[in-house]
Amino acid sequence: MKHILYILLMLPMMLLSQDRINGVIMEANEKNDPIVLPGTNVYWLNTSVGVVTDIDGKFSLPYKAEYTQLVISYVGYKTDTITVTEPKMVRHWLQPTDNLDAVTINSRKQATAKSYLQAANVFTVSSDELLKAACCNLSESFETNPSIDVNFADAVTGTRQIKMLGLNSPYILIATENIPSIRGASQAFGLSFIPGTWVESIQITKGAGSVVNGYESIAGQINAELVKPATDDKLFVNLYGASSERLELNTHINTKVSDKWHTGLYLHGNTHNKEHDVNNDGFLDMPKYNQINIMNRWQYTNAEKGFVSFINLKFLNDEKQTGQLGFNPDTDKLTTRVWGSEIDTRRYEVSAKLGYVNPEIPYQSLGVQTAFSSHKQDSYFGLNQYDITHNSLYANAIYNSIISDSRHKIKTGVSYTYDHYDEFVNTADYERTENSVGAFFEYNYDNLDKLNLTAGIRVDTHNLLGTFVTPRFHVRYTPWEKSALRASFGRGKRSANIFAENQQLFSTSRAIRITSSSPLGRQGGAIYGLNPEIAWNYGVSYLQGFNLFGRKADITLDFYKTDFKNQVVVDYENPQEVSFYNLEGDSYANSFQAELNYNVFEHFDLRMAYKYYDVKTDYNSGKLSKPLVPTHRLFANASYETRKQDKGQQWKFDATYNWLGEQRFSSTETNPVQYQLPDKTPTLATLNAQITKVFSPKFEVYLGGENITNVRQSNPILGADDPFGSNFDTTFVYGPIFGSMYYAGLRFKI
Amino acid sequence: MKKIITVLTVLITTVSFAQNKNARASLEVDGVCLMCKTRIEKASLNTKGVKSAVWNVKTHELKLIFDERKTDLKTIQNSIVAVGHDTKELKATDEAYASVHPCCKYRDREIVDDHKEGEEHKDGDGHKH
Repeated sequence: MKHILYILLMLPMMLLSQDRINGVIMEANEKNDPIVLPGTNVYWLNTSVGVVTDIDGKFSLPYKAEYTQLVISYVGYKTDTITVTEPKMVRHWLQPTDNLDAVTINSRKQATAKSYLQAANVFTVSSDELLKAACCNLSESFETNPSIDVNFADAVTGTRQIKMLGLNSPYILIATENIPSIRGASQAFGLSFIPGTWVESIQITKGAGSVVNGYESIAGQINAELVKPATDDKLFVNLYGASSERLELNTHINTKVSDKWHTGLYLHGNTHNKEHDVNNDGFLDMPKYNQINIMNRWQYTNAEKGFVSFINLKFLNDEKQTGQLGFNPDTDKLTTRVWGSEIDTRRYEVSAKLGYVNPEIPYQSLGVQTAFSSHKQDSYFGLNQYDITHNSLYANAIYNSIISDSRHKIKTGVSYTYDHYDEFVNTADYERTENSVGAFFEYNYDNLDKLNLTAGIRVDTHNLLGTFVTPRFHVRYTPWEKSALRASFGRGKRSANIFAENQQLFSTSRAIRITSSSPLGRQGGAIYGLNPEIAWNYGVSYLQGFNLFGRKADITLDFYKTDFKNQVVVDYENPQEVSFYNLEGDSYANSFQAELNYNVFEHFDLRMAYKYYDVKTDYNSGKLSKPLVPTHRLFANASYETRKQDKGQQWKFDATYNWLGEQRFSSTETNPVQYQLPDKTPTLATLNAQITKVFSPKFEVYLGGENITNVRQSNPILGADDPFGSNFDTTFVYGPIFGSMYYAGLRFKI
Repeated sequence: MKKIITVLTVLITTVSFAQNKNARASLEVDGVCLMCKTRIEKASLNTKGVKSAVWNVKTHELKLIFDERKTDLKTIQNSIVAVGHDTKELKATDEAYASVHPCCKYRDREIVDDHKEGEEHKDGDGHKH
C-alpha cells in the first residue's frame, strides 16, 4: 500500500522531470556572503503555479513554454520578476528593501500637503512649492501660501513681515528644525536671514500648536526644516538676478566624511547696490544691502545604534543702507543734512541636536536640542539710534513613547531658555535678562480611524513672567470619507520686545511713549514697565475632499479667534507719537478663510482662497480695527507643468494673484491738511508669475515677474519733503513701492 | 516542509521563548491598500498586548511588537484573519473576507493589478479615483 502511494507521488515528478525549472534564491549583500532564503515565494506570473523555497533556498517548478515571467518575492526584499525562456537552473539574488535608496514612484505629490489625519491644522509646504516663486529667503517663501499673508516691503528697510490669522509675526512661533529661532532681536529681519535654498520644507500649524516648542506661540507655528548634508545634493548652485540689480548666489557643498558622518557647507550672498526712486519722492524705494550668510552642518547617522545627530554653525553679516538719494554715511550720519539710515546685523549661531531611536523599539525615542545665538544689530534711522544685542540659549529634551499601544503616544520633556537683551534707544538703555525652566507633557490618541486628538500641557517658571500653565488641545474627527473636522484651543504667553518688533517707528518723527502704569493703578510690568502678553486662541476647521468633473478637489473652511487677555498695545492713532500700553478692555483677532484646491486637469492645479479678518483693539481713543489689515482678501494661485520628457525636461508655469480690500490708516486728522491721509487705503491687486524650464534633473532656469501689472503706492512716505519735520512718517505702506520687478535665475545640482 | 519553515520562522522572529515584554515579529499579511493597512493595524492593536503594528503596503510585511506575557502570534493572527485578511498561515473565512471594502478585495487579481498600476497615492488611500 505504502509503496503504491510512493509510486503515485513520484509519478508526476517523473512525468514532468523533463520540463522543470530549478533554482536557488539568495540574499544580495555587499560582502557577497551566500545567504540562502528559505520560504521565498516563487511563482509564474498570472498563474497559480508556485512554490516556496526549501531550507536551502532551493525550489523546483514545472515549466511550460507559455510561462515566461517568474516572480520571486519575500517579505523584506524587493520583489523581482525575471524572464525565463527555457527550463534551466536559476540563481537569483534578492535585494533587501532596506538598501533601496531609490524607490521611484511616478505619482505627483502635492506641493502643499494638507493632512486629513493629524489633529492639529498642519500643512506641509514641500520644496516643490518653494520653487514656485523666486523665494530668495524665508519671508518670500510664503508667497504661494494662502494661510500666510506676506506684507509689502516696508518703505525703509525693504523687509517683509508675515501675518497669520490677522496677527503679525511676533505672535507666530517661528522655528528652524523645531528650535525657536526668529524671536527677540531677530524678529524684524530674521525671516530674511534664512535663505530659501536652505529650506527643505515648511510645516505650518494654524492655531495654538504643540506645547513641545514652548509657550510663546499664539496665532500659530511655522517650522522650517533645513536641507541635510546626507540627503542634499553634492553640489548645488543657484544664481539669481533681478531687474532691480539685486544679485544672489547660493552654493551648497555636501560631502560624506565617513560612513557615519556627512557635512555640508552652505553659502549665501546677496547684494543690491543700485539706487532706485521710481516715485520721485527723493527716497530710495528699497535699501542698498550686502548680506553674507554661511552655515556649516555636520550630520552623524548611526542606524544600527539608532543615533542621529546634527551640529550647525551659522554666521551672518548683513548691512543695509537706505534713506534719501545721495545719502553718504561718512558725512551725513545722524545729521539733519540728509535723512539716511544704516542697519548692520551680525549673528552667530551654534546648535546641536542628538536623537536616539531605540532600534529594538521604534516608538521609543529621545531627543536633545541645544542652541546658542548671539545677535547684534547697530542701526540708526535719521536721528534715531537703535542698537540691540541679544544673546540666547535654548535647550530642550524630549522623550517619545507609548502607553499600552501605539495608538496612545506621549511626548514629555523639559526645556530651558535664557535671553539677555541689551538695548540702546536714542538716549535710554534697556537691559533685561529672561530665563525660564519648563516641563511639558503631550498625549496623542489616534484610533487609526475617525478620531485623533492631542492634548498638551506645560508648566514654566520664568523670572519675569512668573509661573504659569500653558494648556493646548487639538482634535480631528472624520465624520465621513475624505473629510476632517478640527477644533483646537490653546493659550500663549510672551514678552513683547516693543522696539525690536516695531522698528519701523524709528523711521518717523513720532515720539515714543510707554505708559507703564495703567489707569487702574496696576503696577508696571517687568518688561519695559509693561506686562507680558497673554492670549487664548480657539479655532475650528473643516476640510472636505471631493471630485469635481472627475478631478480631485478639496475645500477648507476655517475660523479662528484669538482673544487677548493682556496685550502690549501699539498705538499709532496720534500721528505725533507711538505709544505702548497694557490693554484695557478687549482685543481680538477673528479670521475666516475659505480655500479651494482643484486639479482642473492633469498637471494643472488651481488654489483659491478668500480671507476675512476682523482684528479690533480697544485703544485709548476707542475700539478700532487694526491699521493696515485688509478686512477682505482674495488669493489665487495657478500652476501648470508639462509632462516630463525622457531626460526629465519639463516646463513649469506659476502665477499668483492677490487682491487686498480696503485697509484702515491710523488716524492723521490732527496733521496739517497736506499731511492728512484718507481713512482707508484703496483696494489693490497684484500678480506674480514664474516660468521654469527644467533641462534635466541637474539643471534648470527660471524667469519670473513680481507685481507684473506694475501696481504702486504713489506716496508711501508721508512728509518726504521734510524728513526732519514733525510729520515725517514711513509707516503708511499698504502696497508695492517699486512697481514691477523681473528676475531670472538658474539652479544647477550634481 | 512547510511546518519546518513555520517553526523556523517562529524561532527566528522571537528571539527567545522567555517572556519578552517587547517581542518583535514579522508576519506576511495579504492586502492591497492603505485602507487595508488601517484595518490590519487596527486589528493587531486591538489584540491585548500588541504595542505596535506597522504594515507595509508594498512588501505586505507586518512588523509587530507585543508583550509575550499577554499574547502570542497565534492570537494576533486570529484577530487579523477575523477582519478578513489572510496571513501566510491562516486564511480568513469567506464571511470575514466578505466584510472588507469592495476595493480591498486582495484575492481578486484584477483589483490587485489595479492598485499596482495606479501608483498614484495622491489622496493617501492608495486608490485611484
